[in-house]
Amino acid sequence: MANNLKETPAGAVSEISAAAGRRQARFKEYSLMIQAFRRDPLAVASLVIIVVFILGATFAPVLTPHAAQGRGEPNILEKFKPPSQEHPLGTDYLGRDVLARILYGGRVSLSLGFLVVIIAVLIGTPLGAISGYYGGRLDNLIMRVTDIFLAFPSLLLAIAIAAALGPSFTNTMIAIALTWWPWYTRVVRAQVLSLRERYFIEAARSIGVTDWTIIRRHVIPNILTPVMVQATMDLGSAILTGAGISFIGLGVQPPTPEWGSMISNGRIYFIERPWFAGSAGLAIFLVTLAFNLVGDAVRDAADPRTRRIVT
Amino acid sequence: MSEVLLSVQDLHVRFRTYSGVVYAVNGMTFDMRRSEMFGLVGESGCGKSVTGLSIVNMVPRGGEITGGQILLDGKNLLTMGEDELQGIRGKRIAMIFQDPARSLNPVFTVGNQTVRIIRQHLPVSRKEAYRRALETFESVALPDPERIFRSYPHELSGGMQQRIMITMALSCGAEMLIADEPTTALDVTIQAQILALLAELRKTQQISILLITHNLGVVAETCDRVSVAYAGRVAEMGKTDDVLFHSKHPYTQGLLAALPQPASRKAALQSIPGNVPDGLTLLPGCAFYERCPFAMPACLEKPPSLLPVGEPQGSHQVACYLYPQEKPG
Amino acid sequence: MSAAPLLEIKSLSVHFVSRQGIIRRRTRLVRAVDEVNLSVYPQETLGVVGESGCGKTTLGRAILQLVKPAAGQVLFEGEDLLRLEAGRLRRRRRDMQIVFQNPYSSFNPRFNVLNVVTEPLLTHTSLRGDDLTRRAAELLEQSGMPGDILFRYPHEFSGGQLQRIAVARALALNPKFMVLDEPTSALDVSVQAQIINLLQQLQAERNLTYMFITHDLSVIEHISDRVAVMYLGKVVELTTAETLFSGGAQHQYTKALLASAPMVNPAARRERIILQGNVPDPANPPSGCPFHPRCPVAIDVCSQVVPELIDTGGGHLAACHLVAGEK
Repeated sequence: MANNLKETPAGAVSEISAAAGRRQARFKEYSLMIQAFRRDPLAVASLVIIVVFILGATFAPVLTPHAAQGRGEPNILEKFKPPSQEHPLGTDYLGRDVLARILYGGRVSLSLGFLVVIIAVLIGTPLGAISGYYGGRLDNLIMRVTDIFLAFPSLLLAIAIAAALGPSFTNTMIAIALTWWPWYTRVVRAQVLSLRERYFIEAARSIGVTDWTIIRRHVIPNILTPVMVQATMDLGSAILTGAGISFIGLGVQPPTPEWGSMISNGRIYFIERPWFAGSAGLAIFLVTLAFNLVGDAVRDAADPRTRRIVT
Repeated sequence: MSEVLLSVQDLHVRFRTYSGVVYAVNGMTFDMRRSEMFGLVGESGCGKSVTGLSIVNMVPRGGEITGGQILLDGKNLLTMGEDELQGIRGKRIAMIFQDPARSLNPVFTVGNQTVRIIRQHLPVSRKEAYRRALETFESVALPDPERIFRSYPHELSGGMQQRIMITMALSCGAEMLIADEPTTALDVTIQAQILALLAELRKTQQISILLITHNLGVVAETCDRVSVAYAGRVAEMGKTDDVLFHSKHPYTQGLLAALPQPASRKAALQSIPGNVPDGLTLLPGCAFYERCPFAMPACLEKPPSLLPVGEPQGSHQVACYLYPQEKPG
Repeated sequence: MSAAPLLEIKSLSVHFVSRQGIIRRRTRLVRAVDEVNLSVYPQETLGVVGESGCGKTTLGRAILQLVKPAAGQVLFEGEDLLRLEAGRLRRRRRDMQIVFQNPYSSFNPRFNVLNVVTEPLLTHTSLRGDDLTRRAAELLEQSGMPGDILFRYPHEFSGGQLQRIAVARALALNPKFMVLDEPTSALDVSVQAQIINLLQQLQAERNLTYMFITHDLSVIEHISDRVAVMYLGKVVELTTAETLFSGGAQHQYTKALLASAPMVNPAARRERIILQGNVPDPANPPSGCPFHPRCPVAIDVCSQVVPELIDTGGGHLAACHLVAGEK
């Protein structure tokens, strides 16, 4: 008959190590992406910068002898010292070691950024998936709610929330996340709408797979990539927005260090003693830039068209 | 004037892909004569589309023409500068593609697009170009040409769009039309209309048409001569009747045997074992070796040459070691 | 052919509605499937042929309840699928499966072949672990694919191989009925032959009933027992393949369709009938017989009254006033 390919007895299959096969095959797509990413020197450099900052923030207590100052303890006698061996980035207007402040500030700034994005993804993705998959009135409803939230500028919402609930880390996080989740809903919904046209979704339905299982096993894994790309790029922006809110005094309050408030507090001294505002600014700049570059690279690596040249 | 209009000689095209180099065209050779309908037929991966695109030097990104020549009236198209080529594309050699909707600009009316094409190639005034464009629409017997002239592509059906494409392609008096799967995306009744249109145009305007398709039926009913491509080379070529009804190459025979025929109702179809090669590896010998029921050791050494079979000067040519491989005389 | 049909479709209609504006006003109604009556008998292959917009694809999906019909009945072994409650319908799905046109889009790119073929088994059976894997390998082999491809991904295979995997998936639950929606249209000729052979072999081995939807007339002729011709959502002719392809076609559209298909074999070619005009917009079908604007022999009544699908002798059904008149 038309069976012209090699034949393997069914029994031989159980000899194939099922677990090893699965492990191998699952990561093929991701390994292609990682390979493509690795080829871009700018992306790799940016990733290194991000890792350095994250490690610095995590291990802050061990990395600096001035941990207490980093946390906020003033050291008036040493104020306004320029960068020296003991204080590599100098000291600020309260004599605190700037490097320690940056490291501890990184904890706040970076975690704010990550948490905001995580919350936005966790809210936005399922909403987008449900909206796109079911369509109809439910889709309409979710989209209108999304539009409402999209209309709020995050800064204004933060001011409103700070006014209502008082400025704090948590409130800032909530404020920013509330204005960011709609983007994910939109991105996910668009992906799901195009996915719905693919036959494998219909195939799953024809088998009798329940809607929830379809969304879980067929829809969501296939939209992860754009979400991942969006999230990576958003991390930089989230950190920047958080810094901005702290800059105007509505975020974390002193003495907790935060890069935005460091800039704001060091502003008036900037002309003659630029090192504390400047370091904070540089930190924000580097981290945001790095996340943007990494996000670009992830996007290029994820898209098969830009990843490689094909016929 | 010589009878041969276009001569593709030993064309080689390759693509750089993530998986490696794909050798899409490996020595494609054929001639097209004036006023003939020439079919270039083959399955996916045989290099027929790439060949068509190479003629007008529009090989997609990542592709590279690495050898051979394409002679139009004796001049090699592959060594021409872009300026000179622009004078040929559209003016002497036109091309239409499979999906007309993608070839038409959605924001301009089809009439407008035709006018622009005419003005691109012919030194005429806007008014004159408009007149000519309308004339070509009328000449292809479009129902209500004025209304269609003012329509946008999305307002027209697929068949109509393809007819417009053909009209536009020939609006500047081209001598040759390359049609790359022009009817594959269309319904069978519309396909019949389009093929009839092409045949009509060939007669009235004496153009040569290179019809690239995978559909042997289309070729059988419309083409004067046909070339069967496999793995980037010509396997068999000649008058349609010769190639289809006296086929010599095992691949051609296999393809024809695989077609469902009235006589074979319900019986198992003969299929060619294996798969079409993916172009990543170039076998030293005949590309069809692994799937050929007549494979011999001689087939492995080097690719067979395309040589006449039957009469020594005959038009029926095969590239197969089953037939004498030395040039006669 | 046995007397009792496996599948009976009665007055089935599928409508697609476009809505515009804030109040979601209905602007376009497409009767993709328009009151179709059809029966499919056990172990036969019913070919459904027609051009784009005729509703054949929608019909196949509607039978499987992948799109919701607007009206009518789909009686599978006597049970109306439209009126079943969800659980019972899920269980019924084991008996009817579908193979799609585009093999490249039929699989979740993140699923390997094992996931693909075992999904139906995981949903409906209690097979797990090694037993499950073994069964998957068996199914693949029955479709002519080696068992060691279980951990590969769809993008690594060619169209023909993917269709074999699709067939393996469809067979996993031992269905009685399969809708084959243009399964070979995207494949090369030589591979098409392989898949057709496979389908016929499986049909014989497992007593399957097929609804084979395609626009390719030579394939329909080869594989079908009976053929239904559709135009703009209606069945315009229904008869045995032998009758249809030996010159017994009665409806003008069928004749034109048969004549348009380019054939290699000159003996198989029929006198060319070139139809004028285009397939009409399904949202605005012509009055009366939907085919009348393009019909070379249309008479007055054709533009006024919709012709019924009637028996013109020996089970041959046609929807044409002229044919009815002659009878």
